[in-house]
Amino acid sequence: MFDFPEIWRLDLGVYVDIFISWLKANYGAFFDFTNHVILWFMVYMEKFLQWLPWWSVVAVVFILGWRLKNLLSGLVFALLIFIVGTFGLWDMMMSTLAIVLTSVVISLLIGIPIGILMTYNSSFEAVCKPVLDGMQTMPSFVYLIPAVILFALGKVPAVFATTIYALPPVIRLTNLGIRQVPREMVEAAESFGSSRWQLLTKVQLPQALPTIMAGINQTTMMALAMVVIASMIGAKGLGMEVLIAINRLDIARGFEAGVSIVFLAIIIDRISQYIANRFEIS
Amino acid sequence: MTEKVKVEHVTKIFGPHPKTILEKVKSGDSKNEILAQTGHTIGVYDASFEIHTGETFVIMGLSGSGKSTLIRCLNLLNRPTDGNIYIDGENIVNYTKKELIALRKNKLAMVFQHFGLLTHRNVLRNIEYGLEVRGIPKEERTKTAQAVLSSVGLEGWENKKINELSGGMQQRVGLARALANDPDILLMDEPFSALDPLIRREMQYELLDIQAKLKKTIIFITHDVNEAFKIGDRVAVMKDGKIEQIGTPKELINNPQTQYIEAFIKDIDRSKVLQARNVMFKTSALAYLKDGPRVALKAMEANSISSVFIVDSERKLEGIVTIDDTIRAIKEDWSLEDILKNDFYTTAPDAYIHELIPMATDTKYPIAVTDDNGKLLGIIVRVSVLSGLV
Repeated sequence: MFDFPEIWRLDLGVYVDIFISWLKANYGAFFDFTNHVILWFMVYMEKFLQWLPWWSVVAVVFILGWRLKNLLSGLVFALLIFIVGTFGLWDMMMSTLAIVLTSVVISLLIGIPIGILMTYNSSFEAVCKPVLDGMQTMPSFVYLIPAVILFALGKVPAVFATTIYALPPVIRLTNLGIRQVPREMVEAAESFGSSRWQLLTKVQLPQALPTIMAGINQTTMMALAMVVIASMIGAKGLGMEVLIAINRLDIARGFEAGVSIVFLAIIIDRISQYIANRFEIS
Repeated sequence: MTEKVKVEHVTKIFGPHPKTILEKVKSGDSKNEILAQTGHTIGVYDASFEIHTGETFVIMGLSGSGKSTLIRCLNLLNRPTDGNIYIDGENIVNYTKKELIALRKNKLAMVFQHFGLLTHRNVLRNIEYGLEVRGIPKEERTKTAQAVLSSVGLEGWENKKINELSGGMQQRVGLARALANDPDILLMDEPFSALDPLIRREMQYELLDIQAKLKKTIIFITHDVNEAFKIGDRVAVMKDGKIEQIGTPKELINNPQTQYIEAFIKDIDRSKVLQARNVMFKTSALAYLKDGPRVALKAMEANSISSVFIVDSERKLEGIVTIDDTIRAIKEDWSLEDILKNDFYTTAPDAYIHELIPMATDTKYPIAVTDDNGKLLGIIVRVSVLSGLV
């Protein structure tokens, strides 16, 4: 009597399943192609990062911290990344970084245009907003399942899942940044006969840049958080170390890998924030 | 004078379905009724006027009167819901996007209340903006921008950031940016309202200077009556989206057609609007030098006054004689020249009354109004200056 009637069972999940299978069956070629492109990009990115001499990476981190903020920041960042090396996790860190960077690049390529479109069309914005909310609230593990179906196991589904998870902030903040441009500034640009493209590139994007940079910072951090989870479908890197440590209840290994992720997060977050601050319109 | 801009029955309604509301507005429902019933706001209703080439046309009204909406119709930042707007005889309301962009690039430029400057660019690059949009090569536009920049007194500030400038400076940049395009028509939406009073006055005079040189057609929005009357050749007063009256400042003062305008006029300082020529009267109470003291005395008697201006045969002002001196001259048989006094004030006909106030308090004679050749045009009695009344 008080139980929910079983006859009102809506098999929404099944329909999503059917939809994904249908995608796979009909657009398999497209996903294979995407798979190849991303994989190609990823492999070279990873190879390049692992090829870099360790001291050059430490030096770059030091110089960025020093020039963008101060000497102390540079020294601290250099020390943190050096410590990760002493854990024996250098190559793992570079693999993680490769997935993060690839995901961020893809997120920006997709996210910034979507954010711009949302400012042009309020009904598109109204549709996008709940979708973005959903993308961020959905437990991130759920993305792994279609990712595996569409791209099999390995790096590419990890990038795919990471991208979906990391995409919302850059979309939101691009939209917000452009909508925040003062009305009079837009009117002024229009009153001089600017085309839509001129308005966008000469006024709206430069004005929104600080906000967009904040979005990129957030997207990067989200990607870093997701990359750990993505290791469950075979993405090599620091996340994989954590996963192995969980399976073996290996506290030492888990701690080292976890701390490495924290250090990497601190360095990426601070440096991208400093860069974003450089764009602040004073 | 040729007409540059012609606005015909322009109506602008804001809301989801503006066209459907049009009939309702035409049937005479008030702004508030329509807002309550339909959620539509009437920005401007049935505005018609013509603006001549080289004229400064001021649209004045309180906030919410629709003046900013109306000026934005002229470059189609607002598309009118109804009515036509002709610029150089072409109806711009039907313009395609391309034609509109061409119109904005070539004929119109706008100055904004809060300046609307691009804060990510320096001063020079802001002034270049209009030229850049038109695709003018870098070198040429920098040269033009430099020239305009100096003409508004911003030399040496080229590379400053916008936020390093004071409000007055920023509006100079706004003005320079508009002038750099060399537009026929300058739209100014409360350009000086955000500035403090001293800077505002300075900018008003500067605008008058620039206008005297460049002879643009200017449409100027303000809520300040004194500013409207100082700057405008003609002024349109708006209330609740409708134009109440259009006329020269003098016409509005002398012949306000509604109580609303009368109330508005009360606020203004007439002494800054009226000129000597408006309050002087062409008197017959004068005497010619050759006439002698007796005729002068008669003139004073006839007009019940105690002094009279003396002119030569060409009506050139020679001096003034008082009644006491004249009576003495008759007794002693002196000529008018012997008693002629020169301790009165003269003024040009285009002097503003407020400039005459110090003279009026300082003299016991009327003030003589003369032209460039010293010919007496009329006299102003002290009371009409001091009471500020016509």
